[in-house]
Amino acid sequence: MQYARWPFYALIGVLFVTGLVMSIYRHLTFQVPFLPGETLTTWSIEARVEFTADNGPVKIKLARPSSQQGYAVLSESSASSGYGVAYLDNENILEWSIRQAQGEQTLFYRVDFLHDQLQNDIESTPPAIPPVSLAEPYLTAAEQINQQLLSISADSISYAQQLFQLLTTQQNQQNLALLRDEESEPAKLAVKLLNHAGIAASVIHAVKLEDGRRRQPLVPLVKVWQSGQNSVIFDPATGKRGKPQDMLLWQQQDMPMLEVMGGFDSKVSFSIIKHQETIASAIKAQQNVQQSLVNFSIHSLPLEEQALFKTILLLPVGALIVCMLRILVGLRTSGTFMPVLIALAFIQTSLVTGLVGFTLIVFTGLLLRSYLSHLNLLLVARISAVIISVIAIITLFSLLSYQIGLSEGLKVTFFPMIILSWTIERMSVLWEEEGAKEVVIQGGGSLLTAVIAYLAMTNEFIRHLTFNFLGVQLILLAAILALGNYTGYRLFELARFKSLVERYAGKSV
Amino acid sequence: MLVNPFKLASLGILGMNERNIKYIARYNERKLYPLVDNKLATKRLLENSDIHVPELIATIEHQSQINNLMTLLPSTGGFVIKPAQGSGGKGILVIQNNANPNFAKPNGSELNIEHLQHHCSNILAGLYSLGGKVDKAIIERLINFDQLFSDYSYEGVPDIRIIIFKGYPVMAMMRLSTEASDGKANLHQGAVGVGLDIANGQALHAVQFGKPVEYHPDTQQKLSELKVPNWTDMLELAAKCYEKTQLGYLGADIVLDVEKGPLLLELNARPGLSIQIANGCGLKPRLKMIEKQQQTRTAIERVLFSQQAFSLL
Repeated sequence: MQYARWPFYALIGVLFVTGLVMSIYRHLTFQVPFLPGETLTTWSIEARVEFTADNGPVKIKLARPSSQQGYAVLSESSASSGYGVAYLDNENILEWSIRQAQGEQTLFYRVDFLHDQLQNDIESTPPAIPPVSLAEPYLTAAEQINQQLLSISADSISYAQQLFQLLTTQQNQQNLALLRDEESEPAKLAVKLLNHAGIAASVIHAVKLEDGRRRQPLVPLVKVWQSGQNSVIFDPATGKRGKPQDMLLWQQQDMPMLEVMGGFDSKVSFSIIKHQETIASAIKAQQNVQQSLVNFSIHSLPLEEQALFKTILLLPVGALIVCMLRILVGLRTSGTFMPVLIALAFIQTSLVTGLVGFTLIVFTGLLLRSYLSHLNLLLVARISAVIISVIAIITLFSLLSYQIGLSEGLKVTFFPMIILSWTIERMSVLWEEEGAKEVVIQGGGSLLTAVIAYLAMTNEFIRHLTFNFLGVQLILLAAILALGNYTGYRLFELARFKSLVERYAGKSV
Repeated sequence: MLVNPFKLASLGILGMNERNIKYIARYNERKLYPLVDNKLATKRLLENSDIHVPELIATIEHQSQINNLMTLLPSTGGFVIKPAQGSGGKGILVIQNNANPNFAKPNGSELNIEHLQHHCSNILAGLYSLGGKVDKAIIERLINFDQLFSDYSYEGVPDIRIIIFKGYPVMAMMRLSTEASDGKANLHQGAVGVGLDIANGQALHAVQFGKPVEYHPDTQQKLSELKVPNWTDMLELAAKCYEKTQLGYLGADIVLDVEKGPLLLELNARPGLSIQIANGCGLKPRLKMIEKQQQTRTAIERVLFSQQAFSLL
């Protein structure tokens, strides 16, 4: 039964060295820095256009962003098999066309922005004010609001400012409530009212820059012009003046975002990813679009998949943390990798919300479960009942927190429900058999592991390394294999066997 | 709060990681685990051998059998319901007395038949088995344990755990249930562990919750006076389990029945490490010594070897 150990150590060594060499190669050749932050930030945004073609000629027009304050366009590209592509620069439009297409079609457009503080906005001429035709009783309501605003403003911008203040703070004002029946979208309503007052304004669209997001919608903003080319942007959601810091304007004119001729059911969604690279490497990567095998990098995938991998590639870090805490420390957790999944949920919810949400759900679940255990149900039925209870608890918490105005509470839906149900079931059995103390030990151990895994997985440095250097995965694997071979004591054993050492303290061994 | 790991190593204390890699993974073949993880398999294996086990009253394999559980239970005397593939003493229900229509637990509390049926259906659904696999329930005759030890135990059967390494008994302890452990014999739940001298079955040293104790916390009996009779027979019984199972690193749990003598309660392929605390010494030097033995010996020869080599008094 005794195998030679050297091939195993050799394997660990090979994995480690390969990982290291791959990382160093990538660092040297592509100038990807080992540390985040010492570089320029680029944002890649990918628009995914989906529609169903009518089995005839198809023409698609997609609005595309231009350089703007704080962001400069670095490069743009599109992926669309069989389609002709034209970048129409004066209109900021991308045009795809094909003679014949049938069935579901997916087209990609990708643009890279460099975060550049020196970049200034390009001024744009105000659009012509379209005539606003409002029927009664909306006309009277709009007129009343107009009179009210005119008396407390000096010019177009201050008029707009007061309007947004009214829209965001006095939701239930009678006139507004009436007008909201006519136009429910706040941005469009604001533009309508501004146009009604003779002020040039239009709805523009922006993308919220959040690293690793997929299938994001556009955020509508309102641009208001004063005399000439002077314009100001308002966020209808908050009523704040000026472009929000984390937004990138996608479309600055009042035109449709997406036009599809010869197709139906069209929609567009966005994936966003953040890179920390030197300019040289950003340009070089652009030149190497036909990626060679040697530059084995996640960056060759479409952005949506990249965003997914950003999370997947963090899982080995979580696994390593679990290994360390169990093998080196001896921490007891409920379910081996449950803490990693909880940590993933924490990434979505933020730590404090996550901890509070998790504790509340598990605690309420345990109360419900203690009732279920009186019913003498079969195991599978009981766990299914617990799953439904968990869903009910999550729904209840979401509703409650929304009612009292805590939008944070809505994030409890990010918790993996099946895992939570099993956790509740196991803890409940543990409670009945070993008492509350053991529940606290294992529950606390799981939460502690989850928090440590969360801290590691949100660490900027670790995120940078795992995403930019695939070689790091091999190094992690080598570390986990090496840990699997550790025969030393666990930290908790040093306390457990303490009495043994004390017994011998007086005697000579 | 913590001790120096090098001091622990110099005392030859075996840690969990080392146990798993150097002993369990190396000497216990994976395919042999079911023999000990499944108590029914263990019983079948030891059938018609000179290793005696508690009498099997019934096995419950299907949910339908639970409905007429009453007919399966003995009309008088005590019995134990346990999962065939349970671990760590989970899911074991001890009924001291069938006091129709209710059933008395050792602590005096009474259960009705619905409680027993619910317990059985939990066992069948796999609540107590490793990995939640569907399981079978076993009903065994309650051991009529030797009154010799009744003063040393509170509401439970005191059992003797012997670690067998390659067929040699290397360390032994007696586990005494207490009020804190709720009549169970698991050390981490608060049972008292009494280390036994391999040479003669005499108590060496006792611990509860990892701390030395001199008297049983509930019965106030002096623990150092404890001595197991017929010690060599008991060791031989345990040593024979090696030939039967082929598992190199094994924990045997033995109880002393007043009529049938030593009975093998269960075998464990992953025996715990608390036995070192109860004995006040480490396992490693003993395991290393056994690893050096080249000679093939019979069970009784191995017992005699161990008694000579590991005597502490």
